[in-house]
Amino acid sequence: MAKGSDFLVGIYEDEDVLLEGIRNVREKGVKIHEVYSPFPVHGIEDALGYRRSRLSIAAFLFGLLGTSLALIMQVGMMGFDWPMIIGGKNFIAFPSFIPVTFEFTVLLASFGMVGTFFVISDLKPWGKPKLFDIRITDDKHVMAIDLSKNDIKEEEISKILKDNGASEVNKKNYDDL
Amino acid sequence: MVEERFEFSAKAKKNVLILIGAGIVLSIIGIVLMNMGGGHGEASEGGGHGFHWYQRLYSNLWINNIFFTGIAVVGVLFFAIQYAAQAGWSAGLKRIPLAFGNWLPIAGLLMLVSFFAFGHDIFHWTHAELYEEGGDEIIQGKGGFFYWPLKSGTFPLFFLARMIIFFGVWYWLFAKLKSLAFNEDIEGGTDNWHQMRMYSAIFIVFFAVSSSIASWDWLMSIDTHWFSTMYGWYTFASWWVATLALTTLVVVLLKERGLLSVVNENHLHDLGKFVFAFSVFWAYIWFSQYLLIYYANIPEETIYFVERWSDKYAPVFFVNLILNFFFPFLLLMTRDSKRHMRFLKVITPVVILGHWLDFYQMVTPGVLKENGGFGLLEVGVLCIYTGAFLYVFLSSLAKAPLFARNHPMLEESLHHHI
Repeated sequence: MAKGSDFLVGIYEDEDVLLEGIRNVREKGVKIHEVYSPFPVHGIEDALGYRRSRLSIAAFLFGLLGTSLALIMQVGMMGFDWPMIIGGKNFIAFPSFIPVTFEFTVLLASFGMVGTFFVISDLKPWGKPKLFDIRITDDKHVMAIDLSKNDIKEEEISKILKDNGASEVNKKNYDDL
Repeated sequence: MVEERFEFSAKAKKNVLILIGAGIVLSIIGIVLMNMGGGHGEASEGGGHGFHWYQRLYSNLWINNIFFTGIAVVGVLFFAIQYAAQAGWSAGLKRIPLAFGNWLPIAGLLMLVSFFAFGHDIFHWTHAELYEEGGDEIIQGKGGFFYWPLKSGTFPLFFLARMIIFFGVWYWLFAKLKSLAFNEDIEGGTDNWHQMRMYSAIFIVFFAVSSSIASWDWLMSIDTHWFSTMYGWYTFASWWVATLALTTLVVVLLKERGLLSVVNENHLHDLGKFVFAFSVFWAYIWFSQYLLIYYANIPEETIYFVERWSDKYAPVFFVNLILNFFFPFLLLMTRDSKRHMRFLKVITPVVILGHWLDFYQMVTPGVLKENGGFGLLEVGVLCIYTGAFLYVFLSSLAKAPLFARNHPMLEESLHHHI
């Protein structure tokens, strides 16, 4: 997104009005930057026309990394670095590596997925999340529209939002958030 | 809601009968080939424990008895779980697993007849001489589990009583659930639903205990000396995945014929997730059993896997893992493969056959030892049982509407979205 660009922020009271609003606003050709809401709204991804999240691919890759690291670690330690005879088994006793491998796969897949999610959602600990309106943490839904990405005039977008259920429309600069 | 019915057409009936006929022909060819090429029988005739071709037939009959009993009873279990959990998503497809249950009385009868006809060839513990003075001490210690309250080595009353009680209660609860489900079609309302919930809960509790004991009775006791504490779960996992896969396959095939309009890709997605998740569960249980035995390395436990790692059964051992874990795990991982019928139509039959193979490797090495094999006989007997099962299942499916139009959660199911 363009740093320092102006946004129109529509406030919605009700999630059904919001869903209907999203559909109508998009139909009028307005490009929505993002919608924020205090709780999950069912079907909002479809209404916004989002592509499917690729988070699961990240999870798979992190899982694969976990599997490989766990196996490399165990084979390296038990097979080469410090071989030990345990229960008369081979040094590289593959079946006994499986539980650790399984756990490490799950660990990396889940941590990796959560970490990826935090980074792509701007929730990284060193970042300051941008809030278009403080009330999205309480009871209001917010539809943010990037004016620099839309060719339609500001007044017209404001009117479209108001006509489609927004209880108020505010103009905010991204840098001031 | 428009009522939908499945019609078991004359053509479909003919196809099922052709399958049975082909099975019979294949079995006979298999037996003839075995007798021509083999000659195992004569080799050890003197020992009194010579191998005969019919032992392999018995072993196959027993595998399919167990496998299809499992699908029938777990079909009812699936139905019961949906009610006990008050699940809404499955309202449109519950009749299909319920209809599997119609196989139960036949399965029970076959099992009982089989035990009397050739139980002696399947179960080592039925041999009376084991219980005589100087017989097998380990098996003598387990005798009460089969023969109580009679004397060990006489008539396995406890064993047979369990078999009859299990089938009796399973069938009774199945019949109860079925009649309530059909009652609901006529009466509407929620009374039937509440009653079904109660009977479902009873069924689940009873099944939890009975399925585990049944697996010791019918499968684990084949290797009488050996025991595994994972066995009940292992058998259940295999039955459960096979049933989920068969349910999915039937739903897909019905949808392809333009039926089951109440089921959409969201429901298929859930069924696919079920098959995927429980394939992993099966592998988890399989590995738990394997790892404990491998790590403890106690001879009386490892013998089970030593038999299954012999040259004869090692391919089955590994193919079993590939078909039932790696194949569904890798192919059903993506969202698309669970939501599209053309993927499910390929994956689920493989999983069903994979679990049949799982029962094959549970039974055959114990019953036939080095005389086992995999040939036309195995395929033939499986075809006969599949045909008979399909005939019973499809004709009972055709008797009632395909989905419960008065189900209190049908509306919720229609809006299911994931």
